[in-house]
Amino acid sequence: MDTKRGEPVAEHGSNADVARLLAHYSTMTRIRAFEMAAEAAHKDGLVGGAIHLSIGQEAVASGVCANLDRADQITTTHRGHGHSLAKGAAASAMMLELFGRAGGVCGGKGGSMHIADFSVGMLGANGVVGAGMPIAVGAAHGAKIMGADRIVVCFFGDGAVNRGPFLEALNWAKIYDLDILFVCEHNDYASTTRTDSVTAGPGAAARAEAMGIEAAEIDGNDVEAVDAKAGELIERLRGGEGPFFLTARTYRLMGHTAADPGAYRTREEVAAAWQGDPIPRAAARLTELGVAESELSAIGEQASAEMAEAAARAAEAPAPDLAQAFSDIQDIGAPSHRGVGA
Amino acid sequence: MSRLSYAEASTQAVAEEMARDPRVWALGEDLGRGGVFGQYKGLQERFGADRIVDTPISEATIMGAGVGAALTGTRPIVEMRFSDFALCAVDELVNQAAKARFMFGGQAKVPLVARQPIGMWRSSAAQHSQSLEAWYAHVPGLVVVCPATPADNKGLLKAAIRADDPVVYMEHKDLWPFEDEVPEDEDFIVPLGQARMAREGADVTVVAWSKMVHIALAAAEGDGPSLEVIDLRTLWPWDEEAVARSLAKTGRLLVAQEAVRAVGFGAEVVATMAERMGRELKAPVRRLGAPRAPIGYAKPLEDLLRVTAEDIRAAAAEMCS
Repeated sequence: MDTKRGEPVAEHGSNADVARLLAHYSTMTRIRAFEMAAEAAHKDGLVGGAIHLSIGQEAVASGVCANLDRADQITTTHRGHGHSLAKGAAASAMMLELFGRAGGVCGGKGGSMHIADFSVGMLGANGVVGAGMPIAVGAAHGAKIMGADRIVVCFFGDGAVNRGPFLEALNWAKIYDLDILFVCEHNDYASTTRTDSVTAGPGAAARAEAMGIEAAEIDGNDVEAVDAKAGELIERLRGGEGPFFLTARTYRLMGHTAADPGAYRTREEVAAAWQGDPIPRAAARLTELGVAESELSAIGEQASAEMAEAAARAAEAPAPDLAQAFSDIQDIGAPSHRGVGA
Repeated sequence: MSRLSYAEASTQAVAEEMARDPRVWALGEDLGRGGVFGQYKGLQERFGADRIVDTPISEATIMGAGVGAALTGTRPIVEMRFSDFALCAVDELVNQAAKARFMFGGQAKVPLVARQPIGMWRSSAAQHSQSLEAWYAHVPGLVVVCPATPADNKGLLKAAIRADDPVVYMEHKDLWPFEDEVPEDEDFIVPLGQARMAREGADVTVVAWSKMVHIALAAAEGDGPSLEVIDLRTLWPWDEEAVARSLAKTGRLLVAQEAVRAVGFGAEVVATMAERMGRELKAPVRRLGAPRAPIGYAKPLEDLLRVTAEDIRAAAAEMCS
């Protein structure tokens, strides 16, 4: 039986809760639909190179970014489509970028691994594991020097925690008292290797705590839990506390790249992970809160339609002008076209 | 004009640019005590520890934080202490700083200056003496500067700080105490990409940069062919036209560098000019540089790697015979 919105049926769950969770549901289904469309396009050869899908990790992106203003900034990893969308980048411009076309958010010059939208504070995905961490602390440090109010969120994976810059960035954020939230999207794998098999000691959060950085851990597939905890930490950052370290336990439901069949994970493990898929979990929660199935379906269909349209448009879009190969390099010493024995 | 050392000239440059633009700041090890070579003397007292930042020994993050701060609106001077240590931050310079503007389709620039002192110094041995300017000149996205004089270490540094590109700024450690006239005008800028005619001559064009300019000038004082010495100042972009004009006059090109000769920046200079003007040259192009060996600790071993004024004179004489 349908229940009118505005009339909570569960004893918990205000109108605001429902609206917020619905917004998360919309963001997550949009991310999912974007990733599915990107994967299909990649299979069809329309998206080149490697793409790293965040299917299964949508709740982390949505839950954290819902607490950020446009002026706040994020850095992300090679697996950055979800964070970009959650931060407010336009799906159409992102899809054009993946297809390497004119009008892509990076002009077709970066692609999936270097996707960025500075207009919404998305300072870039990165093809080097852990490389976003010093950049993120630099953004936070620059904000401190200029007296700017914004905060920075650094998304990284558990695969980064054995790199030097991981340690350096945490230390740096703490000694300079920077307004930064480190979010470890812990999906248990560093590419195709179980992180715990190559990581000494209790792991990432313990390393942060050893440096006096307060760390918390949540179920990264429970978008309400992510939202609540990230919200609390971000509020405290804005109040002058921090930095903070948040571990969001999640799972990468697809392979490391779209081409990875994932033979290093057991079928049982992957099947169990699909049971924890954040999107149906949010749907179940919304149903509990009285939202009609038809409304949820409509959101899902709208997301699929939006991304199908984005992919269709991208497939027809022209390639970037060839002059783009030689622009945005440097003001001084821009390339002469002396190459190839000119 | 005032008479300043190469180090003092740079301190003046940083102070003027920081006073002029609140977005300029510096980060690196031991800057508060003046920097390991004294080149930041007095700056922390004047500008405060928030703008002259003492960092931990975290080269990757000294550079990487510089990238993040530059992408988001500030203009950091990233002090790497020794260019040899800067190798701990090559990803941050080459994969991040040099490429962010391009990969992001021009959404942001990286206006940072990475100061990386180079050169053989005081029996400093293999890990504290290198000249790796060729590595960075090879990377699209970077500007590479090698000042040779105090005036240039003021004017070029000011230009580098004002530039919106990532500049690899390579001062020579042996030049810190060298004194000479430096303009006092706060708007004195030496344009990037422009060479300096250090000494006019008739018979051989000697192209050099950094400390080697002084060795080339000493060579020019001696007997033998008349040497025209060009100080490139900027290695990328380098002033091809200045070298071409000189070669049109002399017809002989000799590049002298402290760095290893093999695959060094001199190869870029001679190859380019041979391609451009090969038929008009009176002698084959030549390069002088260090043998391909790590820099030994014992002074006699280190000295074997040096290109001397005698080497330059001898090569020039051969080219004229």
